[in-house]
Formats: sequence, structure tokens, C-alpha cells
Amino acid sequence: MANITFTLNGASQSVDVVPEMPLLWVLRDVIGLTGTKFGCGMALCGACTVHLDGQPVRSCSTPIKSVAGKRVVTIEGLSPNGTHPVQRAWMEVDVPQCGYCQSGQLMTAAALLARKPKPTDADIDEAMRGNLCRCGTYQSVRAAVHRAAAMNGGRS
Amino acid sequence: MTRGIDRRWFLKASAAATGGLLVGIYLPEAGEVVLDAQFGPPGGGPIVPSAFIRIGTDDVVTLIVHKPDNGQGTETSIAQLLAEELDCDWSRIKTEFAPINAALYGGALQGTFGSMAIRTTYDPMRRTGAAARDMLMQAAASRWNIQKSQCRTENGAVINTVTNARLSYGSLAEAAAKLPVPANITLKDPAQFKLIGKPLQRVDTPAKVTGKATFGIDVRLPGMLHAVVARCPVFDGKVARFDATKAKAVPGVTHVVEIPQGIAVVAENTWAAMEGRRVLQVEWDEGPNAKLSSPEIRQRLLTLTTTEGGGVAEQHGDFAKALAAVSQPIEATYEAPYLAHARLEPHACVAQIKDGVCEIWTGTQIPGQAHSTAVQASGLKPDQVRVHTTYMGGSYGSRGGGPFVMEAVEVAKATNRPIKVTYSRDDELQHDLYRPASAVRFMAALDTEGWPAAWFARIACPTWMGLRNGVARESVEGIAEYDIPNVKVEYHDPKLPIPTGYWRSVGLSQNTFFAESFVDELAARGKKDPVELRRRLYAKSPRLLAVLNLAAEKADWGKPLPAGRFRGVAAVAGFGSFNAQVAEVSIEQGRVRVHRVVCAVDCGRVINPTGVIQQAQGAMVYGLSAALRGNITIDRGRVAESNFHQYEPLRMNEMPVVDVHIVSSTAAPGGMGELTTPPIAAAVGNAIFAGTGKRIRRLPFSLEKI
Repeated sequence: MANITFTLNGASQSVDVVPEMPLLWVLRDVIGLTGTKFGCGMALCGACTVHLDGQPVRSCSTPIKSVAGKRVVTIEGLSPNGTHPVQRAWMEVDVPQCGYCQSGQLMTAAALLARKPKPTDADIDEAMRGNLCRCGTYQSVRAAVHRAAAMNGGRS
Repeated sequence: MTRGIDRRWFLKASAAATGGLLVGIYLPEAGEVVLDAQFGPPGGGPIVPSAFIRIGTDDVVTLIVHKPDNGQGTETSIAQLLAEELDCDWSRIKTEFAPINAALYGGALQGTFGSMAIRTTYDPMRRTGAAARDMLMQAAASRWNIQKSQCRTENGAVINTVTNARLSYGSLAEAAAKLPVPANITLKDPAQFKLIGKPLQRVDTPAKVTGKATFGIDVRLPGMLHAVVARCPVFDGKVARFDATKAKAVPGVTHVVEIPQGIAVVAENTWAAMEGRRVLQVEWDEGPNAKLSSPEIRQRLLTLTTTEGGGVAEQHGDFAKALAAVSQPIEATYEAPYLAHARLEPHACVAQIKDGVCEIWTGTQIPGQAHSTAVQASGLKPDQVRVHTTYMGGSYGSRGGGPFVMEAVEVAKATNRPIKVTYSRDDELQHDLYRPASAVRFMAALDTEGWPAAWFARIACPTWMGLRNGVARESVEGIAEYDIPNVKVEYHDPKLPIPTGYWRSVGLSQNTFFAESFVDELAARGKKDPVELRRRLYAKSPRLLAVLNLAAEKADWGKPLPAGRFRGVAAVAGFGSFNAQVAEVSIEQGRVRVHRVVCAVDCGRVINPTGVIQQAQGAMVYGLSAALRGNITIDRGRVAESNFHQYEPLRMNEMPVVDVHIVSSTAAPGGMGELTTPPIAAAVGNAIFAGTGKRIRRLPFSLEKI
């Protein structure tokens, strides 16, 4: 066991866990933030995407020891009240069906827009191809990313 | 429109336990005997405190949804039906998923399946809303001392048309609860609809974009432990012996227990449980299927397609005579593989047994089945078992409420702790109820003008529903739905031990590919345009014909495409709805690329157009993923694929543009959850043939070099 401290959604967080334990399970089972989803455990589906020092990472394949001292943002911390441009755009387009992949889609899209405020379709394909959606919402996701970009360069 | 209430839809009303009005309705699917036993004869006895509409004295209107939402928006569209006739303020409604109640919500079949959520509720839900509205008006009329006919409703309030006074539903709820349910209910003229037919935002969207929506896998109870189960990888195998020493040495692991389904490793968190399972030592008794692999399964299916004497599923005209009349019958054999559902949320179920009550929290299509499973596993009485239905991270047919509920209850019993059982991705792919692998042999004859005169299909396909007159109906549906004078369909059960079950669109998922591809072969052989031939074959189904023509028109069928692009068409009638698709494809380095799909839909009256478009796109993508590379293979009795690198759904960069065109209709609502899955494989295959002359008769397309 090891005591690991990092910043979670803007606040300091300490956990006492096995250092190899993936960030995903620390978030979900130890801390109780369940907005970040388990889908594959092998960084193949993107459902567990969070921001680590501003970069999108697959939390299922990120050992907690590598998070020490860093900043983690999850879907719960993306905005105070669901007001991040991607969340507003997702609501306007009414993207989710089952919704299980959408935390990951939103986190990947927010990271894309932070890096590239006006993405092309090709940029969206490249950034979002790692996020599977079994309900087939891709066309709505694409429209919502463009809509968020049109709001204010995707910045909250 | 005024109609007497059908007794099967007997309405009940009472004061809500928390004050206010509660209106319920007897559902036709529940059956009268159960209802009367539960409630006594109509008109007597109190109603249980769960129904469809709850109006609080605080003006909050709660709409209770008894069809779980797999993602297809039943929570929103059923609420629209109730709220439309109730005339309440949509911005102030709340929704809840219904608890288990056999009489009110359908008992063992309380659930969402068969694309029936809207088809079975369109009328009853509207009547429920209208009854509540009528009672509120009567309560207001009494208070004002005027006739009910002098009242109208608007946005959650009754208006006095004489004085323009206004009483909110909340202020009338308690008085209304004391009134009898009206004998006659007037439903709105559809021309007056304010909510039905409107693209209202889904009620679950805000929670699903903020991470707040609770799925089964998200449920947490105080003192809960996390479990994963080691199951024999070979179907029908079992535990021979196991040694828990290494698993128990993993930090966080608390219990290792044997249950009927295998060995459960229980821990303080999911990851520790998975780590414990990874090092658990189990020796399996692999049982009778340990040598069965895909090549042998394939051979068994193909052999049966050339074996006489199958069950006769369909026969009209004289197929044999029509075939004998031509010198060269057209023959072809088609094949489809096993498929997993691969919903993104793995199965998960929380079970707690405490003070003689077993409670279940899970995302399930069929809470009624989850309830009976938990009753059986816990050994408790039905009224001692409660099921809490959460959101589901996809379902597509097999999130019934069977094995994963059973496992959670078994582990909760064995550990005496609240337990969450979670499936890993390999559990999901390797312990599913699969869409069956199948094969069909077609024979057909054309008349002298090149039109189909005879159609024969012999299908070999495993069944999980059993045979009636030697035929598994779900295995032959959609294989011969054409206006052809001489038809025969035969069926063989290959009796394979791989567990199978409902997969989005069931038998149509493969049979529409088979039949709509073979139709294209007949078009080519008879030198007919594929749309022209279909117009003739669909002649007896005007609505199918209409979506075919609409799709062809919107796709510019017959007009030139850019070099390297090709079109294919296919259509289906099913679930009370009609769909035609035109796919536009190219071949890039031997691989199929789908650029655009024009999708024409007639699903009768539309409740929520956004929902229809979502389902049209989504169900098509589900079929396209399977067509391009969906393939579950069996290796020595076990599933070879373990994760998304081996069973990879369509990704964003492969998503075609989908143009959905909805036929405006006042016909009864049809189903949308499965409608567009069946045609896409044939539309793409037919486009590949149009472009390359190569006819692909085996799914997925990735198996063949194009």
C-alpha cells in the first residue's frame, strides 16, 4: 500500500492504495466518483477517459502511482454545473442514447477543443476514434463537437 | 374521440401515499385473472402505491415509466404519451422507473423488448393521462360549482372558462383522488398534440452529460464488497477443484467462494477482485464440448443446408414444379457467424439480503425476469424481493436479468454482505447469449421474362426458443417475404451447445442479409434493376414499397456516382415498421468503406422524431459493425475473442453520413429499436457486387479479400 496525493477536480486528494491500482478503480471504488466508466480495461474503448495534467488519458490503464502530484479532472469536474461548451453542445444536439460512453466522449472532445479550438472532421476522427459508442451516436457526437467549437472555441 | 374503457384497461385512482393523486391502469398484457386476484374486483380495494402518474400537492408531476430504457429513449417517449393527455407542464415533470408489480406493469414480462415499448403503451398511457386530467377537471368543477364542460386544462392547471380562474393540478390532487375514475375518456384529437410528435430533449440527457446518471455498475451500498466470477471458459464445463491461497494473498481480497456458476473472488474494490481472479488456481472439468471449434460448427450448418427433410416453415404454390420448369436454377449458400452483444457497460448487479428482504439494483431490460431470478436464487418469497431498475449502458437484446443477477445473489448469500458482481470485457464476450451462427441454401427460378417464379430456402440455425411443428420461428423470419408465386422454406436445428439468445432484430439480423442479397442475385441474373425488381416483389406491402421509393429517390438511385463509388439497396418490414436503405461504398485497399447511408423509415405515428432518428442511425451502425467484422469464433469449446481488439465495433473515423427520412404517417406507432439493423449488411454487400461483380455470401465482410 502507498499513500498517494494528487489534485482531483481542483481539490487535493490522498488515497492509501496498492500503487499499481489503475486510476479508474481508485476513482470509482475508493473515492466513489462513478461518472468515469469501465468498458474494457485495456485502453481500447475510451469510456474511462479523464484529463491528466490537461491531457486525455485512459484511466483504466493509468496506475495510480503515476498520478502522484498531478492534476486529474473527471467528468464531475469538467464544469461546475454541466456548463462546459461540450456539455452544452451535447445537450443541444441531444447526443446520448444509453449514455455509458458519453463521459469519455465528452472528456476526449474537451481535450481536443482545448488543443484545437476549430477542429475539422478529420481532426475529430483522429481524436475521437479511440472512443467506442455501441449505440452509434457518432454522427451526433461530430455535430456536437462542431457546435461546441462554434460557441467559444470550446473553452469554458 | 370518446370511447368506453375496455375492461382490460381498467383504470384505478387513489390518494397517493405522500398526498395527492395517483392514477394507474391495468395493462392488457398483465391478464385479468392476476389483476382481480391482486386488487379484487374492479371498483373495490385500494391500489398499491405505484402507478403511472403521481401528482403531488406541490404541483410536481411524476411519470412512472415501466419500460426500462436501454438507451433508446423510452423514458422520454412514454412520459410524452402520459403528459400529452394529462396536459401538464413538461418542464416540471419528473420521471421514475417503476418497481416490480405484476398486475400493474406486466409481471415476469415487465420489461422492454421486441421493439414493443411504444407499440404496447401508446393507447394505455394516453388513456391514463386522460383519466387523470378528467378527474382533475371534475375536482375543479366541483370547487367552482360549475359543469366540468366549463373547464379546460392548460400546462398543469384547470382553467374556469367562465371566470378565467385557475387552479393548479397540485391544489386539486387530493380532491381528485376521492373521485371515481371516469367511465368514458376523451382522448385528444392528434391535431391538438403539443408533445407527441415533437423533438423534445430526452429527459435523461442532462444526467448523461454530467456523469450523474446511475447505471447498474455505478450502484454503491454501505459495506458493499466487489466480486468477479471465474467461470469455466468451455460452455457447460464446471469446476473440478480450486486453490484459493494465491487469490486470498492479493491485498484487498476478502473472500473466495464457490457458487453454482464458478468461483467468486470478492474484494474491497473491483480491481483487487480482478487481480485475485487472475492468480486464482482453478482446474476445470471442461465437459463434453471441449473439442468443438468453429470449422466443425460451420461444416455441420452447411451439411444441414443440403439435407432433405427439414421442418417446413412456409409453403405456397408448387416450388418443385416451378423449379423443374427451368433448365438452370439459381443456387447460392449464405452464412452468418455467432455475434456477441458487446454492450459498453458490462453486466453488473448489486444484491443485498437483509432482514428477510433481498434487494437487487441492476440495469436490466426485463426487471420481471431479474425479480424471478432473485426469488429463485434467494429462496425468498416474491414479495420479499425488490428490484431497483437503473439506466443500462446498452443492451441490444440480452440484458434480461438471468445469470448476472443469480451470481450476485449467490455471492451475497455466501458472504452475508452487500455484493456487486461486475463482468470484465472478456467475461462479456466469452459468457454471453450469442446471436446464433447460421447458414441457408437458396434455390430460385426465373420466368421467361426474368422475374422470380420460385424461391426455396433451407436454413440451419440453432434455437433457444424451441421448435413448433419442427421449426424455430425466430430462425426463419424474414427469409421469404416476397410476392413470388412458388415458395418453400425448410428448417434444420443443428443442436449446437453454444448459448444463444436475442440479438438486436433477432432472426432478421441474418435473414434479411441472406434474402435481400439473394434478391440482388436474381436481379442480376434476370437483368433487372435491383430497385425495379424489389418494387415488384414488395407489391403487396404498400408501406414497404413507399420507403423503397423514398430511399431510392433521396439516394439519387440510377444517377451516376463519382468514380470508385457504388450503391446497393436493401429493405425490411418488421416490428410494425418499414425501412429501406441505400448504402454508398468504395473499396479502399481491399477493405469496404461505407460513405453514406440513405435510410427511409415508416414507423407509423412518431412520438419523438429525435428518438426515431437516433434509433435509425444507431441500429444501422450496430448492424454495420457486425457486417464489416463482427465474428465470435469458437476454439475448443470456448470463445476466442476477449476484448475490442478482436471484436471491434465501428469507430468514429469509419462512420458513414446517415440521412434519415421519416414518412409522415397517422398509422399506429411501430417499433424503432431494431428496425434498421437488418438491411445494412445486404445494402453494403449489394453495393460491393455493383462495384466489383463479387458477391459476398459470408459474414463478416472482413473474412474475404475484396
